[in-house]
Amino acid sequence: MSTLFLVAAGLLLALALVYVHRIVVGPTVFDRLLGVNAIGTKTTVVLLLTGGVFGRVEMFVDIALGYALLSFIGSLAAARYFERTESLP
Amino acid sequence: MSVLVGLALLAGVFFQAVAALGVVRMPDIYTRLHAVSKAETLGVLLTLTAIGLSTGLSLTTVKLAFVASFLFLATPTATHAITRAALRLGVPPWRRSPERPR
Repeated sequence: MSTLFLVAAGLLLALALVYVHRIVVGPTVFDRLLGVNAIGTKTTVVLLLTGGVFGRVEMFVDIALGYALLSFIGSLAAARYFERTESLP
Repeated sequence: MSVLVGLALLAGVFFQAVAALGVVRMPDIYTRLHAVSKAETLGVLLTLTAIGLSTGLSLTTVKLAFVASFLFLATPTATHAITRAALRLGVPPWRRSPERPR
């Protein structure tokens, strides 16, 4: 079971590299914001999978909850900020 | 139970891979956000289901359900906010070019 979680976490980290590519390349600032938002969601899942690897989900679930809240508020605030700018940055 | 956990993990990683493929291959910001908001949410929920099945019923499962329901609401909300900001700033949507039909 723990090996299964480790493999899944490794695969999800490899998928996060795809979003890093979008952050680096992305033509507009919103592509970069999309990549940051998706990586934040993926980090929450990888934290919980790490808890599954170590058999300590009850500890990691609190960290994941806090991370999910902060990541959501951060991407929402960035989206509202860029909405109020005058022209396309 | 272990088989169920493996199947849910496999499905979750598959749907998140589909979302990543959409982010690479789609032509503009709106279609990319379309890929992320739906496929990513389903993949995350399936992965959290796998972790919840592996822990058994306790307070941790309730917290996991809370994280899952929060992500179920938060991911589409964040992508919708990004889409609205892009639309208001006038990011042009993708159009098929008439010279090179494909």
